[in-house]
Amino acid sequence: MSHAEGLEGSSEADRNSSMMANSLTVTLLNIQVICDSSLVFNTGSGGEMQQKNLEGYVGFANLPNQVYRKSVKRGFEFTLMVVGESGLGKSTLINSLFLTDLYSPEYPGPSHRIKKTVKVEQSKVLVKEGGVQLLLTIVDTPGFGDAVDNSDCWQPVIDHIDNKFEDYLNSESRVNRRLMPDNRVHCCLYFIAPSGHGLKPLDIEFMKRLHEKVNIIPLIAKADTMTPEEGQQFKKQIMREIQEHKIRIYEFPETDDEEEIKLVKKIKERLPLAVVGSNTIIEVNGKRVRGREYPWGVAEVENGEHCDFTILRNMLIRTHMQDLKDVTNNVHYENYRSRKLAAVTYNGADNNRNKGQLTKSPLAQMEEERREHVSKMKKMEMEMEQVFEMKVKEKIQKLKDSEAELQRRHEQMKRNLEAQHRELEEKKRQHEDEKAQWETQQRQLEQQKLEASRTLEKNKKKKIF
Amino acid sequence: MCGIWNEEKRNLNLGGHVGFDSLPDQLVSKSVTQGFCFNILCVGETGIGKSTLMNTLFNTMFENEEASHYQNSVYLRPRTYDLQESNVHLKLTIVDTVGFGDQINKEDSYKPIVDYIDTQFESYLQEELKIKRSLFNYHDTRIHICLYFIAPTGHSLKSLDLVTMKKLDSKVNIIPIIAKADTISKSELHKFKIKIMSELVSNGVQIYQFPTDDEAVTEINASMNAHLPFAVVGSVDEVKVGNKTVRARQYPWGVVQVENESHCDFVKLREMLIRVNMEDLREQTHARHYELYRRCKLEEMGFKDTDPDCQPFSLQETYEAKRKEFLGDLQHKEEGMRQMFVSKVKETEAELKEKERELHDKFEQLKRLHQEEKRKVEEKRRDLEEEMNAHNRKKVAAETLALAQPLKKDKDRRN
Repeated sequence: MSHAEGLEGSSEADRNSSMMANSLTVTLLNIQVICDSSLVFNTGSGGEMQQKNLEGYVGFANLPNQVYRKSVKRGFEFTLMVVGESGLGKSTLINSLFLTDLYSPEYPGPSHRIKKTVKVEQSKVLVKEGGVQLLLTIVDTPGFGDAVDNSDCWQPVIDHIDNKFEDYLNSESRVNRRLMPDNRVHCCLYFIAPSGHGLKPLDIEFMKRLHEKVNIIPLIAKADTMTPEEGQQFKKQIMREIQEHKIRIYEFPETDDEEEIKLVKKIKERLPLAVVGSNTIIEVNGKRVRGREYPWGVAEVENGEHCDFTILRNMLIRTHMQDLKDVTNNVHYENYRSRKLAAVTYNGADNNRNKGQLTKSPLAQMEEERREHVSKMKKMEMEMEQVFEMKVKEKIQKLKDSEAELQRRHEQMKRNLEAQHRELEEKKRQHEDEKAQWETQQRQLEQQKLEASRTLEKNKKKKIF
Repeated sequence: MCGIWNEEKRNLNLGGHVGFDSLPDQLVSKSVTQGFCFNILCVGETGIGKSTLMNTLFNTMFENEEASHYQNSVYLRPRTYDLQESNVHLKLTIVDTVGFGDQINKEDSYKPIVDYIDTQFESYLQEELKIKRSLFNYHDTRIHICLYFIAPTGHSLKSLDLVTMKKLDSKVNIIPIIAKADTISKSELHKFKIKIMSELVSNGVQIYQFPTDDEAVTEINASMNAHLPFAVVGSVDEVKVGNKTVRARQYPWGVVQVENESHCDFVKLREMLIRVNMEDLREQTHARHYELYRRCKLEEMGFKDTDPDCQPFSLQETYEAKRKEFLGDLQHKEEGMRQMFVSKVKETEAELKEKERELHDKFEQLKRLHQEEKRKVEEKRRDLEEEMNAHNRKKVAAETLALAQPLKKDKDRRN
């Protein structure tokens, strides 16, 4: 048993030995991970980070056990997709991998279910081992590559993967999130026919289209049809072609653990893995093994010299299953999500301009747009105000000017009139004066005349007498 | 278990050792490599022993200046430390409430605490909502546990305690502890604990319950739940007792040993908080308190899970609908502003036109008056002319007559 019992009893007596036991647990783990004390931590939240030394027992070294316990209680899930032409031994391999009759006469494998068009189907099985429960979903693609015209036969596969991402995205984005089932495809085993020459155009097309959506592990099927040398050549050729077409197959995570580095190096040398599967158990040298019996011998499935099955099983199930899930979650899913959300946020907007702004959430983006809009409106308002004020001022000025002008004219006319008036008065006065003078003169003359005439009359009268 | 499935699931038996029983180990080793983080919030009056307890709990001297009693308001001081025990790295953040309980008016004392907790939730939510996000190396600052320090009065909870805990219980896991428990005797302590728990229950305060659903820890958690609130004593001083050196407080009448379970509940607290339930506290914070915050926040922003026909929205639809609404809103605002402007312009134009008209009227009137005046002057002028002409005629007539007279006179003389 890999997990040391008794740690969870947590009675006081355990305290002194638990620290020892903790180290024991660590060594018994399948993967040796020596924690590097120079791990860099992100200190975003405000306090500066200080390294402190413990002066005695605290107990958080038990955290890994708590995590272990909870994960076992929760159970695990994994979705594996198998893709390849019919007859390549996919179902047999799955049965061999999981040592169970996943595919059986009642639940036939993809090669027995060929449809007219490529379908994507999944079956779920619940398996238990050592107290650990695993919900395994196998997705297969009956009909893949079997038609005469195989153009776009990868499309249903892409659609299936995207649908699962979409489902996860929607359930992750709900307001009320309850349990989020993880149906995303964690790994895709791609079966390459053992032609011995190289990849087929279909293989290349498929892998190119799917390497950014799912972890692809290419396998050489029915490896017992090749001799070791032929196998080597074939593998080299395939890896060359994969690199040439810039296909990114599943990469092992970086690690600082020496042993793990060695392990990974060994695996890498033997990529792509050449596998043999079998549903039958044969007796060889007194041992019961899975294998394929030929007149000339038995090809053993679990024999490392016969094929790479053991390496595949160890890698897929015993050491890197969690990492496959993590890469799916942190890389493939995040790629899908950011592409999807960017499309929704920048609906119609110029994508080049916005490439650098993907660090925001769509809501934050809307907030920012709102702020921009508010300031734009403010500016517009100010401008309009300015123009308005200016025009009003102009108009008022014009009115003032016009008023002043009219006033001026009025004043002038008034003055003219007054001048005329005065002139007239003057003339009148002169005339009056003259008239008065003349009249006085006339009167004088009249008086004189009258006197003269009277004198004359008098004289006349005197003369007569 | 793993979720609600409506697809048929088959149970299969394995014909041998497949090896996926190492899955938990794979998960654990990944977590260990990543490192763990844990955030503790200590709420309690100044001087109640928060810093000492932290030092005792984590067996480390965290730097702490003694706080003064004269803070104007409560503020929170987070400090992050990197600890390692065997191969496990823990990024521990301790948040202290400085000045809690010191003000005269403590009505708003809980606010900075609630705000701090919400701010941490908000940062996480923002990160989660980003388009390009990196949650797996996000430094989680959400508070996983709030240790509420109760003063050892021996009577009951203070109203500040009740108010604060009530405000915090839906946002964070609360474990109430009785501080400086060495000032209470055993019997008083027993009564005190009962009183406190009943007050909490009657006020509807939800404190953290140690989980009892996992058989490995059901028993111990259930029994610990009955010992709440923990009565703790903290000390970093070492005292020699017998032939051992232990952490303790030395009094003239005896030595209170921190790790002696018959002296105080320190060991119980450490077991529950750190050794057994740390992971559960983190899980509860994420799955319950954070989800509640997130749900409220999203609902506030107008997000819904189903449309009026009870069909679930896809994320795309939700965002698109929001966006349409948002753009419509902006457009509406713009329209409104334009309209307002147009009407303002019209108004002012009308005003100015009115003024212009008045001006013209005024001057029209003046013009008419002026014309009138002019006419009068003309009339006067004509009159004058006529008079002058008349006078001139008279003059001429008279002169003509005068010229003729002297002749007559002469004539008369000759006669």
